[in-house]
This record gives sequence, C-alpha cells and structure tokens, in this order.
Amino acid sequence: MAHRFESVQQVRDGLKSVNYLADEGIAGVVFIADRLGKPVLIEGPAGTGKTQLAKSIAETTGARLIRLQCYEGLDESKALYEWNYKKQLLRIQADKNSDSWSDVHDDIFSDEFLLTRPLLEAITADDPVVLLIDEVDRVEVETEALLLEILSEYQVSIPELGTITAKQIPLVFLTSNNTRELSEALKRRCLYLHVDYPDMDREKEIVLTKVPGVSENLADQIARIVRSIRQLDLKKAPSVSETIDWARTLVLLGIESIDAQQAKETLHILLKYQTDIAKAAKELSVDK
Amino acid sequence: MLDLLAGFVSELRSAGLPVSLTENLDAMEAVQHIPIEDRQAFKYALGATLVKNNAHWRAFETVFEVYFSLRGPEYSIAEGDGEFDDMWREMQEQMREGDGKGAQGGGLDSLTPEELAQLLMQALMNGDQAMMRALARQAVQRFAGMEPGRPVGGTYYLYRTLRNLDLEAMLEKLMEASRQQAGELTDLEERLEHDEYNHRIEEFKKEIEAEIRRRLVADRGAEAMAKTLRKPLPEDVEFMHASRDEMQNLKKALQPLTRKLAARLARKRRHGRKGALDFRNTVRHSLSYGGVPAEPKFKYPRPAKPELMVIADISGSVAAFARFTLMLVYAMQGQFSKVRSFVFIDGIDEVTDYFKGEEDIAQAIHRVNTEADVVWVDGHSDYGHAFEDFWERYGKGIGPKTTVLLLGDARNNYHASQAWVVKEMRQKARHVYWLNPEPRSYWNTGDSIVGDYGTHTDGVFECRNLRQLEAFVEKLA
Repeated sequence: MAHRFESVQQVRDGLKSVNYLADEGIAGVVFIADRLGKPVLIEGPAGTGKTQLAKSIAETTGARLIRLQCYEGLDESKALYEWNYKKQLLRIQADKNSDSWSDVHDDIFSDEFLLTRPLLEAITADDPVVLLIDEVDRVEVETEALLLEILSEYQVSIPELGTITAKQIPLVFLTSNNTRELSEALKRRCLYLHVDYPDMDREKEIVLTKVPGVSENLADQIARIVRSIRQLDLKKAPSVSETIDWARTLVLLGIESIDAQQAKETLHILLKYQTDIAKAAKELSVDK
Repeated sequence: MLDLLAGFVSELRSAGLPVSLTENLDAMEAVQHIPIEDRQAFKYALGATLVKNNAHWRAFETVFEVYFSLRGPEYSIAEGDGEFDDMWREMQEQMREGDGKGAQGGGLDSLTPEELAQLLMQALMNGDQAMMRALARQAVQRFAGMEPGRPVGGTYYLYRTLRNLDLEAMLEKLMEASRQQAGELTDLEERLEHDEYNHRIEEFKKEIEAEIRRRLVADRGAEAMAKTLRKPLPEDVEFMHASRDEMQNLKKALQPLTRKLAARLARKRRHGRKGALDFRNTVRHSLSYGGVPAEPKFKYPRPAKPELMVIADISGSVAAFARFTLMLVYAMQGQFSKVRSFVFIDGIDEVTDYFKGEEDIAQAIHRVNTEADVVWVDGHSDYGHAFEDFWERYGKGIGPKTTVLLLGDARNNYHASQAWVVKEMRQKARHVYWLNPEPRSYWNTGDSIVGDYGTHTDGVFECRNLRQLEAFVEKLA
C-alpha cells in the first residue's frame, strides 16, 4: 500500500502548509499511524486542536473528511448502517404480483437498500478519506464495542449482506476529552497521542500564523502572559483557541504592547470563571 | 535491537505500566519505520504504542532516558555521547578563543567558580541551550563529587550540585540585570521576566539531573539504574508517605479523576432500570402510529442521591489523607443531595460552612486546617471523646438516608474507644463506612483500635492511594 507520508518532516511540513503547527510528538505519531495503518486516539484538554489536527491532515493529504460526532445514545443505525425501510416497503408493494417471495426477499437486502452511515461510508469510499470519530468518550462503554471491529480490521459485518472490507485503509482519528476512562480494548487498538498546551515558542508561532495583523512583539507578549497564567492553579486554564481569540481582540483594539491594565480588562476572553479571573488579575499585577 | 526493546518493555511493566502483548508487537513494528537516529521521533513512536495514559508518560520518559539516551556507544542514539562530545569540544574551543582575547587561557575546566557562575548567568539570560547543557556537565563534574561504585542515590549528587550553584540567588541577579538593562520594568513585565527565568532555571536543573543520571548509568548499568529510579505512578502513591512533589502530582491527578467519577456516577444513575410507564409521553408518540400506543415510553428513574456525612481525623499523621478525601467528596458534591463534614483531633467541629460559597476547594481546606476548633485538651487524637461529642451535638442529623464516612487510622493514644457511638450511628444511618489510610497489616497493632470500631460499621476499607479511594467512592454513590 502506498504511504501518504515519506518522513516525519514531511508530515510537519504538510501540516504547516495548512496552518497547523505540529510539534515532534504529533507529527511522529501521525507518521507512525500512516505506516502501521492504525487509528490514533487523541486525548488532551479542551481547545488544544485535537479535532483540528484531523481536519488539517485531511486538508493536507487532499482527502475527504468523514466525521462521526459521538453522543450518549449513539447506536448502530446512526454510526454504521441502516436499512432503508421505506424503500424496502415500496419495493415489496411495487412487485406484489410478479416476483416470487424468495426473489423479493433476497432483493430487499442488497446494497441498494442500505443507507451508509459515517463508519461504513469511510471504509467503502473509493476516494481517500480521513475518518474522525469525535469525542468518543461520550458514548457508553457498551457502544464502544461497535467501533472495535472497524478499528482493528477495517471491516463491517452486516448479517444480511456479509462482511464489507475496506477498499483502502483510511486514516482514523478518535478524540477524547477524557471525561471517562476508555476501555482497554479500544485503547489497545489505537496509537495514543496526548496533545497538551503548546510550549511558549510554539504558541507564539500559532498566534502569528492564525491571527492576521499581529506583530511579532505582541505575539511574544501574549505567549508569555498565557504561559504565566497557565502556571496558576486555575479551574480551567486558557486553551489555545482562547489564546487566539484574545490575540484577535487585542489586534482589533489596536494594542501594540500590553500593559497590566489592558491585560486585566481583557482577561475575560481568556478565562471563563470569575474566581479564575480574579486570581489571574491579582497575580499579574502583584510584583514579586 | 529487539533485545533492547524487550528489556525496555519489561522495565516498563515492572514500573507498573500495563503493556499488553499487542502493544509490544506494535512498538516493534513501529520502530522499524523510524530511523533510530531521530531520537525524538523514536521516543514518540514508542510512547504512542506503549503508553495509553497520560499520567504514565513521566514514568515512561524516565525509563526511556535510562534505556536509550544513556546506552553505550554501540546502542547510542543521536544526541548520545558521540555527537554530544563533538559539541562539547566545539564549545570548549569557542571558550578558548574567547579566553584568548581575555588573556586567561584554559577551557571550562580551569575557570574559577565565580567565572562559571558568570557564564551560567549569561547563558540563562540569553536562553542559550547548548551553553546551558555544557555548563550542566561542567557543574556536575565539578561539584557533585561522584565516585564510581559509591552507593549513593542521584538525589544526593543533585543536592550537592545545586547547593554549590545557588540558583535562588541567580534568579535574583538575573532579575536585577534585566531591570538595569530595560530601565524601569512595569509590574507585568517584571512578573513575565521572572517566569521566563524561572522556566530557564528549571530547564537547567533538568539538564543537571539528566547529566547525573547519565553518569550513574555509565557507572552502574541501565537495569540497576532503572530500578532505583522506579517511582510509583500517581495513583499508587501512598497518602501517608507522599513527598511534596508527589502531593502536587496527586492534586493534579485528582481533578480529572473527580470529573471521571462524576460522569460515571451520573451515567450509572440514569441508566439503571426503566421506571414506571410515562403515560403522557406514550400518547404523544402514539400519534406517529395513528393513535396506536405501539411504543410504550417509560419514565427515567431518579433514585435518591445519598446524603453524606464525613467525619475526618485531621491530626498530623493522617491529615493528608483527610484532606484528599474531603477534596474528592466536595469536588463531586453534585452527586450527593447533601454533604456535611466534621473534623476532629480530640475535639470535633463542623466545617460544612467553610465549603459553602467557596468556589476554591483548596482555599476551603486551608481554612479547615487553620480555623476549625478541633483541640480539646492536648491535641493528640482522641477518637472516643470526639465521637461522644459528635453524638451529643450532631447525632440528630443522622437519618435513614445518611451515609456516614469515618476517616482515620483509629490510633487512639490508648483513650477509651466509645465504640457504642458508632454502633448507634449504624442503627440510625443507611450505611457507616470506615476508611483507613494505613496498610491492612498495621491495623490493630499498637494503639490502633480500628477493629473495635470496625465491627459496628458496614465495612472498613483500606484507602492508601488514589486508586483505592476512587474504587470506594464509586461504590458509594
């Protein structure tokens, strides 16, 4: 099978060309996933670009992104496939007189009457696809089992039709916000990638690429302030997306370099809890 | 290579990481695709296949460092000794050139400690990574006083090195220098500079640590070294013997844990059995079947949330454990209809109010430690008196929906046990549980009388670490 990437560096460059700055860990794991043909389980705090990674990979490889958003109560008929009952019914009624029963019986369980859902669609696709299973920790433990076959064998078994095997192995990404421990069986089948808050230099780069009109100096200041804030003991540390929002705000306000007062006034974009804001404001203005 | 990897995996397993056979095979396949010279990618390839829990990453990193970056030349991966030495030599040459101008002569080795400190300060100031690394080597060589075969742990050498470098004062000096450079600094800038230098100094410390480890491995071999470095995973750290660092890690681990627990409990409660028929909903849905109630709908059962009373011993020996349990309970108080908490040493005091209206649990715990009135006579644990007092003052609060949690090691300093209180409690309450942070083998030895109380409870549980505490709380709600 042809590989999508030649080297780890190529992954990085590819991602960079679509404005996603990957660190070595991210690029390395994506590369390995491509080589081994294994899904990647991405965990980490909210707003660190887990979903964006899958999107960016799809963009840089020119693949179609198929997304399955998980939620409580997700089941087979929404994730894998469903029989098109109405069409089946019509088929039976249309041929009421002509066909024998067995013909109809075989006929109504054929491809024509199958509605593909994201997972089935991903493995039956002819064009290159990236499958994103978003927030997999939201489904119940029992529903996780649904994913196991497709993740390890890249196939779906439909009792009436038999087993459908993938025409090509898609890149699969699962994201999790870690609200519960995923089952061992699922973890075993995946490569594990923990995406954490970026270090200061990378965050600065991210701000520079994502926010038009931001000056080098301002980006540097932003990255440093955010790092200081993250070191505080907060309920919710600012995420990368919040950093970007903050940077956009500052650019809109026409601020070239932040002083303590301006930082304090715009803190509510970075932090979402009153106690956190108070704490950060206090820390930032107190000299030590 | 495969042998090396096998040794690596077995070391990971003995460090407590669950590595399955398939994961092992994946790792072996993964490393074939990664050029071994690319050390970072190599590390992440192994990490992605072997480590499936972020809390275990640190343990993995330590083992990796010992096994791969510090191996002898035949295994050494890039950035290993060979390349490093080149860089080192280069550094020294640069130094010599510099020295030549300054007419001092000699390399790093011949510098006086003051000059070394000066160099370090410059390196920290400019964030010069290579220079910092070189200086770390030099510092260890000079100050640690390492001798082959000496049976001392790495922390001893680390301590010696750091004491000689005096990094605290360095931070002050750095701040001073940057103040001079930029003229007047605003508070914000000052704070940011401070964090920046702090960060760099931390990195420098890590370099020193790595250097010491590197030398120790060269002396003792990787297997022996890995064994001495083996640290318990955060969930296995014992409350009673946790160091300050470990305490910090525990606190960090606690937050995601409470989130997980709360989600799990809420789910458990909702997805129990089905409740009674929901008539209204059934009729509503019958419309899509032409008025035939083909699909009966049921009400979700809403089982009552338990009421919780936590009675915790906060005397020195078990304070950490009490703190943790209180934190855990309050972090997920949404799962209980009501939580009341009491703390005692030899007197007892209610501390429920400290947690009310206080968003920051750590702050509330701090108030518990400083403000609660828990000393009656001498400030040594007296379970008997505390319980008796509790029964008199708050006993009426226990009802059939209440679950009572007693936390402590039951080391009663040979006072009267007053175990009848626990017996009475059990008659009134739904459940009474005792959580003991001591290992089971210590129970009922010396002045521990956990058995006396235990017979009257619904169960005594050993809660030495986060893992056991988690298991218990899940059972509770």
